[in-house]
Amino acid sequence: MNEPTFHHALKILEEVCTGCVHCTVVCPTEALRVRNGKAILNENRCIDCGECMNVCPVNAIIVEQNDIAEIFPYKARVALVSSIFIGQFPRHYQTRKIYSGMLEQGFTHVHESEHGAGILIEQINQYIAQNSQNKPIISSFCPAIVRLIQVRFPSLVENIMLLKAPLDLAALAFKKELIEKGYKEEEIGIFYVTPCAAKIAAIKSPVGEEKSVINGVVNMNELYNKVYSTLKKEQYSSCIIPEKEQLKSEEMGWSLTGGEAAYIQGRCLSIDGLNNVIEFLEGIENGKITNFDFIEVRACDQSCAGGILTVANRFLTRERLDERIAKYHHDKSEGKIFDNKTIENHGRYIRDHISINSIEPRSMLKLDDNMEAALKKMSRIKKILSYLPGIDCAACGSPTCRTLAEDVVQGTAHTSDCIFIQTSLNVPPNEEIRAETIWGKDRFRKLL
Amino acid sequence: MKMEYSIEGGDFTKAGLASSAVKKVLKQLNIDPAQIKRIAVAMYEAEVNIVAHAYSGIMKVEIDAKKVYMRFVDKGPGIENIDKAMEEGYSTASEAVRQMGFGAGMGLPNIKKNVDEMKISSEINKGTTLELTTFLN
Repeated sequence: MNEPTFHHALKILEEVCTGCVHCTVVCPTEALRVRNGKAILNENRCIDCGECMNVCPVNAIIVEQNDIAEIFPYKARVALVSSIFIGQFPRHYQTRKIYSGMLEQGFTHVHESEHGAGILIEQINQYIAQNSQNKPIISSFCPAIVRLIQVRFPSLVENIMLLKAPLDLAALAFKKELIEKGYKEEEIGIFYVTPCAAKIAAIKSPVGEEKSVINGVVNMNELYNKVYSTLKKEQYSSCIIPEKEQLKSEEMGWSLTGGEAAYIQGRCLSIDGLNNVIEFLEGIENGKITNFDFIEVRACDQSCAGGILTVANRFLTRERLDERIAKYHHDKSEGKIFDNKTIENHGRYIRDHISINSIEPRSMLKLDDNMEAALKKMSRIKKILSYLPGIDCAACGSPTCRTLAEDVVQGTAHTSDCIFIQTSLNVPPNEEIRAETIWGKDRFRKLL
Repeated sequence: MKMEYSIEGGDFTKAGLASSAVKKVLKQLNIDPAQIKRIAVAMYEAEVNIVAHAYSGIMKVEIDAKKVYMRFVDKGPGIENIDKAMEEGYSTASEAVRQMGFGAGMGLPNIKKNVDEMKISSEINKGTTLELTTFLN
């Protein structure tokens, strides 16, 4: 197998995994197989969407995380948190109390990661105007989608917008401000409170960037538990920031479906949910769907509100944020808004650093680098497929009959892994040893 | 490597399935993404042309290390004036077909733009044969 070329945040707990194949079937890039009774992840194919984690019946798939104690070596400990986090809590908890609960965990600064979307809006509109040859421009906001395109739709890589997400812009601006206030760069730790695995992967090995300005991640569900228990006990000592909303109304909803597209000129569409996105991208790739200027694509249902590390119901999160946006407009009319000026003060710096480098296609579908060899393998696949039942039961440990045929050709499986082939071959009783290589020896014992 | 798909005239819900299947194969053969995109567009247009205009058709694809060759043979009304059909914006598609978002008269010109060689022959009341070739570098 090739050396993994990019970091991924999903991990399989081998001791918990029962090899039930649920995960292999839902993976949009066919990155999972069951071998020897355990799910195995092809790290190069994985896009960290978390579909596998959602369906795992025994919670054997987890998202790696930094220990929250890792913030303490830094003098300035910045929590960069998606507005989605505010939406995790029941409506009666004010934003400033949630902020305060976060400070109680040891952070010295709390900022929402959608800061910077305001500047991004004008830049996206310019970008679309300047890159009309690559229409539709595909948003680079969701890192799972960026990777999905690299792996599964390589011909659409050139359509991906080469601009950073608000998260990275906010991190840049807050870091610069702290440096101007006298902190040394190594004293500043910026930690992203993430609703999903894909953002972790994007921070640990960024696409289109050398290194992320963000120092670490804290998983949202973990921080939720800590903050919620503080709120419940009313233990917060400071309840002062933010005095008023810091985000603009267009920034508050950026992480929700429609958050981007609403502010982009031209013909735009918002698509959420991985299957919907794949169907749409297929259409674009075929030339079936044309004449769009911009598409906002998010891997999760209801975008980040449906992230795998969120706690609250995604629809309630959305409701809460919509309410917050409405309230903002109300407050604004009374002229009470307190603006966080950091982003505006560093607008020029942000604009200078807003681009990312070109993104490379990294198709993982290819059977061989050499086309002659790939053609030979393809012919064999066709032949093997004609023997397989085509019901995609995944009992062989590969998600579909086709992937089994591909795995056979690539030397990682056998045609007789198929239980139907085993039956038709009338295999002698001791051939169950063969099944053990799929399901694992221990599994049989477990069932007895 | 040879593939063959039958295409049903008038069934727009299935238009594009054959093209998608071939596109996946092209990806597995490690063909350059930009080239795949051009082939996919041409193939899809040709497939939809059969659905929109003909009664039935067959799409044959042959791939070797040097080229991708696609042959679309349909049974249908045929094209009366091929030169006219090659003009952008010229279409004989029915109103019903246009209302579904097809039949803008860009099909054949768009196909030609996206392949290296295009041959078309047609016989009135019999059908049309379209041959497309893309050379791989």
